Amino acid sequence: MGGVVIAGLAAPLTAPAETDQPVGDTEVDPERPWVVIVWNDPINLMSYVTFVLQKLFGYPLEVAEKLMLQVHYDGRAVVSNGTREKAELDVFRLHEHGLWATMQQD
Amino acid sequence: MRMFDRDRVKRRGAGRYQVRLRPNERVLMADLVVQLREQLLASTDDPAVRRLFPPAYPDDPERDAGYQVLTRDELLEQRLAALDVVERSIEGGGDLDEAGMTAWLGTLNSLRLVLGTRLDVDEELPVLAADDPLAPAYAVYEYLGWLLSQVVDALSTDLPPPGADVRA
Repeated sequence: MGGVVIAGLAAPLTAPAETDQPVGDTEVDPERPWVVIVWNDPINLMSYVTFVLQKLFGYPLEVAEKLMLQVHYDGRAVVSNGTREKAELDVFRLHEHGLWATMQQD
Repeated sequence: MRMFDRDRVKRRGAGRYQVRLRPNERVLMADLVVQLREQLLASTDDPAVRRLFPPAYPDDPERDAGYQVLTRDELLEQRLAALDVVERSIEGGGDLDEAGMTAWLGTLNSLRLVLGTRLDVDEELPVLAADDPLAPAYAVYEYLGWLLSQVVDALSTDLPPPGADVRA
């Protein structure tokens, strides 16, 4: 569904200007994974959020419920992680379902 | 409330569903669908409509602008397509496959998001006097949540086994 559109955003992951850094220098790591965060909102039903997390990520009910409760009580939860492309696709799928999702580098 | 006495959404079998609304509810839903379509197409800076298009990169306006450019039309088209499906099923018998039921899921949730944002709802809804000017809007909001939870229940039964869609 959104894959083709999203794929176009993948390019900037490796910035050419940074490639002359010594191998093993961990100060700047462009490969650092991205995390996808779902934020609490007062509108989305708890059962709906649980359902969406099961549907999109294949999580068992218990995992989806735990994440939903974390969103509800802590205000946010990391629901997936990976490369920038993967994180962006996950954010897009969550936005398709009306969840308030953002992404950031871990 | 009388209106809430019986479920409107039924699962008829694997991937087969039925939405049975009462006549006054059909009128209401048809009206809400028309309203949401108008608001989506108005493409204003209305915060309630913007709730349907959240930022992916809240701290990086440049990247977020790119994300919005590439996703907004698709998100919009999906929502409009879902509204069409719901509209047709209100007029028809209400028998639906999984895609049709999912269109209801998305539409009911979009309606709640827009209405809930307009009402600036909290998790605890206020107790309003019957003649409060906001009482009808809150009643619609609660009705939408009641219907949506039935759709969630119906679709949850047909979720694939856990792990089926986990990508490495």
